[in-house]
Amino acid sequence: MSDKEMVDIYILGKKYPVPASLTIMDSMEYAGYQLVRGCGCRSGFCGACATVYRIKGDRELKVCLACQTKVQDGMYLTQLPFFPGNKETYDINELEPTADTMGRLYPEIYKCIGCNSCTKGCPQELNVMRYIGYAQRGELEKCAHESFDCVMCGICASRCPAGITHYQVGLLARRLTGKYIAPESKHLTERVNEMEAGQHDESIEKLNNKSVEELTELYNARDIEK
Amino acid sequence: MYTAEMRELIKKVEATRPERLGHDYSRMTPDERDQVLKKYHPDYRASGFRTLSLGANEGSKVPLELADLLEAKSRLENVNLDLTKVDYDVDVLIIGGGGAGASAALEAHKQGAKVLISTKLRMGDANTMMAEGGIQAADKPGDSPAKHYLDVMGGGHFTNKKELVSALVKDAPGTIKWLNELGAMFDKEADGTMVTTHGGGTSRKRMHAAADYSGAEIMRVIRDEVHNQGIEIVEFSAAVELLLDKDGKAAGAVLYNLETEEYAIARAKTVILATGGAGRLHYQGFPTSNHYGATADGLVMGYRAGAELAFADTIQYHPTGVAFPPQNFGALVTEKVRSLGATPVNIDGNQFVFHLETRDVEAAAIIRECADKNKGIETPTGVKAVWLDTPLIELIHGEGTIEKRIPGMFRMYKKFDIDMRKEPILVYPTLHYQNGGLLINEHGQTKVENLYVAGECAGGVHGNNRLMGNSLLDILVFGRRAGSHAGAHSKTVEGKALSLDHVKKYHQSLKNHGVKTDRISPMLLPHYTHGRENDK
Repeated sequence: MSDKEMVDIYILGKKYPVPASLTIMDSMEYAGYQLVRGCGCRSGFCGACATVYRIKGDRELKVCLACQTKVQDGMYLTQLPFFPGNKETYDINELEPTADTMGRLYPEIYKCIGCNSCTKGCPQELNVMRYIGYAQRGELEKCAHESFDCVMCGICASRCPAGITHYQVGLLARRLTGKYIAPESKHLTERVNEMEAGQHDESIEKLNNKSVEELTELYNARDIEK
Repeated sequence: MYTAEMRELIKKVEATRPERLGHDYSRMTPDERDQVLKKYHPDYRASGFRTLSLGANEGSKVPLELADLLEAKSRLENVNLDLTKVDYDVDVLIIGGGGAGASAALEAHKQGAKVLISTKLRMGDANTMMAEGGIQAADKPGDSPAKHYLDVMGGGHFTNKKELVSALVKDAPGTIKWLNELGAMFDKEADGTMVTTHGGGTSRKRMHAAADYSGAEIMRVIRDEVHNQGIEIVEFSAAVELLLDKDGKAAGAVLYNLETEEYAIARAKTVILATGGAGRLHYQGFPTSNHYGATADGLVMGYRAGAELAFADTIQYHPTGVAFPPQNFGALVTEKVRSLGATPVNIDGNQFVFHLETRDVEAAAIIRECADKNKGIETPTGVKAVWLDTPLIELIHGEGTIEKRIPGMFRMYKKFDIDMRKEPILVYPTLHYQNGGLLINEHGQTKVENLYVAGECAGGVHGNNRLMGNSLLDILVFGRRAGSHAGAHSKTVEGKALSLDHVKKYHQSLKNHGVKTDRISPMLLPHYTHGRENDK
C-alpha cells in the first residue's frame, strides 16, 4: 500500500478503501467498477452521474454529481442511473409563450408546496423553486435565465413531493424564450436571405479555384478584426 | 486549494499583471509557427504513430492506439448470429446520439424516413454536450462566408477538402437560424444582435455562444426535438459491427445491449455513423477533455467495412486542459477564456506566446515552455503546467464578466475552492479532438454505398487542424446534410439479405498480413483503475 491518504467508502453498502483525493466517480473505478450508467462527460456538463449519499452517522441524504465531488470518509453511495421524469411532447411551432402553455403541458407546477427540496438538491446551485415560480406566473424569460445552467441530472425531480419534472419545465421555458421572446437577430436573417439568393456563391467559388499558394498569400495578408 | 508554494508563485503573476494588461504579445510569424509545431506538437512525434498494414489506408500512419484497434478482431468473431432475425427494420439507422446523430435524425425524419437512433450511452451523452465556447457562422456585417472559408483553410494548413469547407461556411448562417427557431438561446444584445467573440485563428468575431454551455444548450434543444418528433431511440446499445448486403453496400448494424449483453440486428436502407471522436484512447498518454464514450468505434467499424480514413494522423490537443486540481485533470478550459482576454504566463510571471494563436501552435508553445524551457509550474501530482491569467478578464471587461460569460468554468473551479476571478489557473494541453476521420463528400457519403458519416467521426472538413467553433458547426451542417440525403436516398434502396462477410474477410486479411493479435475492437468503453495496481 502506498502512503496516500485513504478513506473508506461504501458502494451499494459494500466497503472499499480509496484514495481521499479521488472524485466519487474515480473512486468507483478505483474500486473496480467499469461504469456503464452514471457516467458521461466527467466534467459536470451532462448530468449523467447524479448520486445520492449519506455520511455514516448522519441521517441526512445528500445529492451531487459524482464527477464533481470528492469522496469523504464514511460515504454511503448509490447512483441515480435513470430517473423516470415526465416529458411532454409538443410542436414548438404551435405553442404560445404564456403561462397557459406551461400550465397545460406541466399542470403539476401548481402543486408545488414550497418545500424547496429541488433547490437544496441542485448540484448546479440553481434556484430551482424560484424558476418554477416564474413558470407558474408565465414569466418565461426569467424562468429561462434562472434555469439556464441546468444539466438535466434529474436530482430536483427525484426529490419533489409534487411530482414536478423541473428540468423539463425549464427546458420548455428556454425554448419558448429562445424562439419567441428573445429579439430577432436581423443580421442573421439578412445573411440567410443573402445565402439563399446565392449572393455569396461566387466569392466562395473563387476561393475554391485558387491554389494553395494563392490561398496562403490571401490568408497571411487578411485583416484581423480588433 | 492551491498549495503554499503555488500561492507564492501566483505573486509573480500578480506582479507582472499591470504591465501585461493592455499590451498585446506579438503573434508568431508563419515561419515561427512552423518551427514550434514541428518540434513540439505531438503529431510530429514519430514514436506515437505506426503504419497500417491493411485496409483502405494500408501504408499510412495513424496513432499507435488507433492502429491497435484497427488491427484487431471483431467482437463477433466467435458469435453465431442469425442475420435473418431482424430486431429493428428501418429506413435510416443512425449510430450515435450526439449532435451529429440528433440533427441527422431530425432531417431524415423530415424526409419521411423511418429512423432509428442507436446510442452507446444515453441520448445526448456526447462531446457535443461538453462544447463550451461556441459555434462559428459569418452572419454579421463586416464578415462574410468567404472570410470564414479562408480562416478555416488557413487553420487547417490548406489541407482541408475544399468542397466540405465550402458547404460548412455556406450552411453556417442557416444552421444558426435553424437552432434559433428551435428555441436555442444564444447570447444576444438587447436589439437582437448576436454577441460574438474571436477564437484562435479567426479574422472576425463570429463565435456565437450560449454562455459557456453552448454545446449543452444545442444538444438539449435538439434532443428535445428528437423526442418531440417521436423518433425511436435505443440507448445503452452500442453498434459493434456494420452489416453490409451481398453487394457490399451498408445495410444495418449489429447492436450490443451493454446491460443484458445481448445482440440485436438492425436492418436499414442507409446507415449514418455519428459515433464521435477518440479522446478516450489517450494518444501518447495525454489526458482528454472528451466524453467517456469517445473511443473511435465508428472509425473501426467503418474501416472494416471498407471506408477510407482521412487525416487520421492529426489530433487536436487543446492548449488549455485543467492541470490542477487533479480531480478535473484533463477537463477542458474553454478557449473562450482566452477569447475574453486571459493569457498564458510562465513560472516567472511572463507571457510566452500570443494567447490566440491557432490551437496547435498554442499547445505546442505551452509544451515548449514546460518541456524545453523548463518554465512550467510543477503540480503536486508531478504534472507541469503554465498559468492562465484569468483575473485579466475582469480587469478588461469589468467585474462579473466571468460569472456571466463563463459560468460553467467558474463553477468547475469553485467546487474545488479556486476562484478564477481572483487567481490564475493552471493548464496544460489535453487531447481534445480528432481532426480526421472517415472521408466524406459534401453529402456525408463515404465510398461504401449507403454508408454516411457525420460529425467528429468524419474527416476532411478541418484538414489537419480545426478552429474553435467549427466542430459544433460541422456536426450540425454535416449531420443535417447526411440525414437529409440518407433519408431521401433510403426510398430508392431495395432491402437485401444481410451479411457479415466483410468481417470474415478482414480477419483473413489480418492473417495474410501477418498481424497476430488477441485485441478486440471496437473498444466501447475505457476501463480506468486510477492507479489501484500501484497502491497494492
